[in-house]
Amino acid sequence: MDFELTSEHREIQTLAREFAASEIAPFASEWDRDRRFPAEVFSKLADLGLMGVCVPEEFDGAGCDFLSYVLVLEELSRADAGVGVTLAVHTSACTLPLLMFGTTAQIAQYVPPLARGEALGAFALTEAGAGSDAGAIVSHGTESATGWHLAGTKQWITNGSFADTFIVFARTETGVEGPRGISAFILDASQVAVTREEHKLGLNSSSTVDLVFDTDVLADRLLGERGRGFGVAMATLDGGRIGIGAQAVGIAQAALDAACAYAKERRAFGKAIGEFQAIQQKLATMATEIEAARLLVYRAAMLKEHGKPHTVAGAQAKLFASEVARRQTSEAIQVLGGYGYTKEAPVERYFRDAKVTEIYEGTSEIQRLVIARSLLGELGRPS
Amino acid sequence: MRIAVCVKSVPDAGSARTIESGTKRLDRSADAVLNPYDANAIEEALRLNETSGEGEVVLVSLGPEKALDALRKGLAMGADRVVLVSDEAAIGSDLVATSYALAKALEREDADLVLFGQQGSDSDGAVLWAAVADRLRRPLISQVAELTVSDSTITGKRQTENGYDTIQAPLPAVVAVTDAINEPRYPSLKGIMGAKKKPQDVVSLSDIGADATRAGEAGSRTTVMTLSPPPPRGDSKKIEDDGSAAAAIVAFLEEKKLL
Ligand SMILES: Cc1cc2nc3c(=O)[nH]c(=O)nc-3n(C[C@H](O)[C@H](O)[C@H](O)COP(=O)(O)OP(=O)(O)OC[C@H]3O[C@@H](n4cnc5c(N)ncnc54)[C@H](O)[C@@H]3O)c2cc1C
Ligand SMILES: Cc1cc2nc3c(=O)[nH]c(=O)nc-3n(C[C@H](O)[C@H](O)[C@H](O)COP(=O)(O)OP(=O)(O)OC[C@H]3O[C@@H](n4cnc5c(N)ncnc54)[C@H](O)[C@@H]3O)c2cc1C
Repeated sequence: MDFELTSEHREIQTLAREFAASEIAPFASEWDRDRRFPAEVFSKLADLGLMGVCVPEEFDGAGCDFLSYVLVLEELSRADAGVGVTLAVHTSACTLPLLMFGTTAQIAQYVPPLARGEALGAFALTEAGAGSDAGAIVSHGTESATGWHLAGTKQWITNGSFADTFIVFARTETGVEGPRGISAFILDASQVAVTREEHKLGLNSSSTVDLVFDTDVLADRLLGERGRGFGVAMATLDGGRIGIGAQAVGIAQAALDAACAYAKERRAFGKAIGEFQAIQQKLATMATEIEAARLLVYRAAMLKEHGKPHTVAGAQAKLFASEVARRQTSEAIQVLGGYGYTKEAPVERYFRDAKVTEIYEGTSEIQRLVIARSLLGELGRPS
Repeated sequence: MRIAVCVKSVPDAGSARTIESGTKRLDRSADAVLNPYDANAIEEALRLNETSGEGEVVLVSLGPEKALDALRKGLAMGADRVVLVSDEAAIGSDLVATSYALAKALEREDADLVLFGQQGSDSDGAVLWAAVADRLRRPLISQVAELTVSDSTITGKRQTENGYDTIQAPLPAVVAVTDAINEPRYPSLKGIMGAKKKPQDVVSLSDIGADATRAGEAGSRTTVMTLSPPPPRGDSKKIEDDGSAAAAIVAFLEEKKLL
């Protein structure tokens, strides 16, 4: 067993860290305040190959492994969680499922521009009446002479206002209820309309929108097999969760960094507050929980990289990391006292950003269901 | 153009620096990184060759074998290969011995231009380039903030207190650049992945025809007598803000003739 990153992993981590420190972190609170999607950052990330980290070189990616991608997400999220989720959805919720389920022609057409970062990707599953219960979607696809007619509305779609390529899920099988009647499709930006930009608690540098579509597409836009779209969605989220775990670790680490720096500087009762055991205990707990979360995330990433089952490992990593992030960003505010509660310090942003990691790509309750099922088998399944 | 860039692996600035009391040497067990000042020299070399569309950039270094990990960043940025002089007999080299071994390695490379960073971020000598240029009997332009090459002449611009010095020299020559000359690029992921496959030659002193008695401690001329921590800061003046702090600060700066 070896817990060391390879020298290549460390170089990639350093690249992402240095880039984030100078191109993202100094502007993050401004983007948060102005609710601005920093498009320019993604073209710089593209120049460095960071928009296609774990995409094979033959499709214009950088050809690194999944752990490299996770390290990049962690470092970018440490500077700005909105940038992190933009890259996460682009990569693991759009580019990777295209690679996994696409035909040769679909991969050749859609993947290289995404991997080069010339196109941005999105994933549209959730609807007003279908979140955790994704099998309840009502968007529908009907077969036509040339392909499909697709119509429906989607909610809370990350990257929606800026994406070029969307993976969209719709019900195609009449008379079949729930997950089994769904298919996945590839749509262009011109085939969907953004009806509303969401206002959120945090993650303000990322775009989250409502979409409508009512469009005819050719048969070659079907992704994977007809009626097997739910499988596409679940496989996508299996990997995507690991990325959200990495995002949570990055946010929590940023909070710890800020808390440590402040503990050394801030003085009270004639001492640096870091000299008080109460503060030391907090920092020690934060560091330990973050490290445990990080190891769960890295382990899940390695399982995925090696083609091993990672559904449960990914669920555990995301569940634990997101709860650590929520809890420890709150502790960081406590260490910073009143200053931590103000917009002068970044920790209140970390706190607002951390919360969503317990919700998207499967809520904590759903992660626990996944884990429980692996323990209890059929007993754990809903009847 | 064939450009050699002298680069050094240094302890990460974020790590604590300690000097071993016995050997009086810097403890180098911390994570090593490419000397940040050398990234400017590498960047300049890459730009010069990108403009002309041809040439080679070779990184030349003296240091332990594990220095390769840090130097690979230069390959990831775009340099073509590394020559690392690594030898037990070179341990403990001072400026004189380091310049000897580097000059020997550089003779073998026969570069049109030898570039240096401004200084090592660990020992901050800012002097090695002068010693190497002297050994190579080549013209030297130091503190260069702008560099142009035409035919067989280089022109370096250097900022001074009163303006700029513009200095010309015939090639082959040695140039030390400042960190103001450019903004070093980030290595790309492809660069990082490709760096491992680029030639990385680790050579001994005898490989480069260097006399081991002129390197390392044997070849060093300096003796470190004593080491002491920097003196505590002198008198400081604390201005409490009772509403007039700004005026008091301005008065203080004026008194020191800083405004
Ligand atoms: C910022 C943001 C970005 C998003 N981006 C995307 C995107 O790009 N693409 C996309 O398709 N979706 C996206 N989503 C949607 C997200 O995936 C859903 O919000 C999530 O799946 C939860 O669904 P819901 O919000 O409808 O919650 P609900 O399903 O309504 O859940 C409400 C509560 O009930 C609990 N609950 C539900 N079912 C069970 C159960 N069986 N057992 C126990 N508890 C249960 C939940 O855990 C939760 O606590 C995004 C959401 C947000 C907030
Ligand atoms: C008095 C004294 C005693 C020393 N004793 C020891 C000792 O016992 N053990 C020990 O390990 N070191 C010792 N050193 C440090 C070692 O000699 C330095 O590597 C060398 O002097 C360069 O110093 P610098 O980093 O200050 O170079 P600078 O002159 O600041 O460096 C300028 C440029 O030279 C190039 N450069 C610097 N070092 C190298 C290198 N090694 N390879 C290739 N290019 C390089 C880089 O381009 C750098 O930007 C000593 C230095 C001094 C001054």
